[in-house]
Amino acid sequence: MKFVDEFRDAALGEKLSAEIASIVEPGRHYKIMEVCGGHTHTIYRYGIDDLLPANVELVHGPGCPVCVIPMGRVDDGVAIARHADVILTCFGDMMRVPGGNGSFLDAKAAGADIRMVYSPLDALRIAREHPDRQVVFFAIGFETTAPSTALTVLRARAEGIRNFTVMCNHVTILPPLRALLESPDLRLDGFIGPGHVCTVVGARPFEFIATQYHKPVAVSGFEPLDFLQSVYMVLKQLADGRCEVENQYTRVVPYDGNLQALKLLSQVFELRPHFEWRGLGFISQSALQLAPEFREYDAEIRFAVPGIRVADPKACQCGEVLKGVIKPWECKVFGTACTPEHPIGTCMVSSEGACAAYYNFGRVARERVVV
Amino acid sequence: MCLAIPGQVVGIVDEDKRLARVSVTGVQRTVNIALLDGSIPPVAPGDWVLVHVGFAMSRIDEADAMATLALLQELGSEYELEIEEFKASSIQ
Repeated sequence: MKFVDEFRDAALGEKLSAEIASIVEPGRHYKIMEVCGGHTHTIYRYGIDDLLPANVELVHGPGCPVCVIPMGRVDDGVAIARHADVILTCFGDMMRVPGGNGSFLDAKAAGADIRMVYSPLDALRIAREHPDRQVVFFAIGFETTAPSTALTVLRARAEGIRNFTVMCNHVTILPPLRALLESPDLRLDGFIGPGHVCTVVGARPFEFIATQYHKPVAVSGFEPLDFLQSVYMVLKQLADGRCEVENQYTRVVPYDGNLQALKLLSQVFELRPHFEWRGLGFISQSALQLAPEFREYDAEIRFAVPGIRVADPKACQCGEVLKGVIKPWECKVFGTACTPEHPIGTCMVSSEGACAAYYNFGRVARERVVV
Repeated sequence: MCLAIPGQVVGIVDEDKRLARVSVTGVQRTVNIALLDGSIPPVAPGDWVLVHVGFAMSRIDEADAMATLALLQELGSEYELEIEEFKASSIQ
């Protein structure tokens, strides 16, 4: 196919693979975290880890927005959806995420009016079409998705739509990375930066990883060769003794991000003092809520949600998977009690979750590399 | 929801609301282009953009659009689901 070959060229892939093999020190074990669930997906879809030397380990990070939603937030969403006049709207991926008391799909089956939407602007359209109902958008996503919610809230205000609110679960990517870097559990050598998040925030905010923690970063695209090249960039920095933020994905990511989107985020949102992440616990200033002047669009204020906290199921090890401490197949319930059809943990729900990616591509059991 | 699909801008449908008609593999739907306000030159028919949850999030060149589409099509059912959700979208 026209154009595609340059991103897929097998010979190029092998050449990169050989160059990677030539720059790694044989006696050293390298742990590189890919932050974004999209990259995790690419790795297992294309078997990219098979192209890497055995001593280069890819560790999956917390960058899947569905995976990091704690059970209590699902229960809070269900509590809102149970109001007789409410239509709760959410992205399709959210429907099967288990809460402490079932998922949105279960609540829908029990009679709540919960609808899947492609876009927050579709949720706003539903509010226009049903002026007698309260339409709530259950917003999830990192900085990639939050500007869309911001523009939707501004649109609602511009049109004077008053029956539309947002239950905001938007999270920010840098605080969990800082938490992981501070964690004694995990020794990482470098990071593959999340290409789509960086289209909004840019590559610059990742500089602290290089300057304060002395780890290399390469912001990467999503083609298999993009990813392989980014791994090479991180390893080359390590070989040269450099720590920088490099941008492999310059064709889409401006170093300073999308200024228009960043302006919208700071206009419509403010940081929450803290927010619970599934498996990671509470992380300070790691999530967004609507700024004071937009409080009338805040579903948590309009509906006084119970603020439910639910401990993760004991059998579930999503937290350790999200922190990269264990691999999906090392979880006790992986592929047995927890499958994409009947997920216990969030990492098995979204196709970008590390567990679902392993499961779907048949990489069920592997030998643990002893470090 | 995490996918960003390449689409080609067919025309601007509402200047004030910043809405454009975008074709994704032949399926035309309305997409918000406000996140690209301030980009130079302004978004115009023929441009390729990455569409995420009903918003054009960045402009890409045609080669990248083709490569990304090929990658997404290999995803099979997930890609088809995303296209189905895009088809169900009706942004005003």
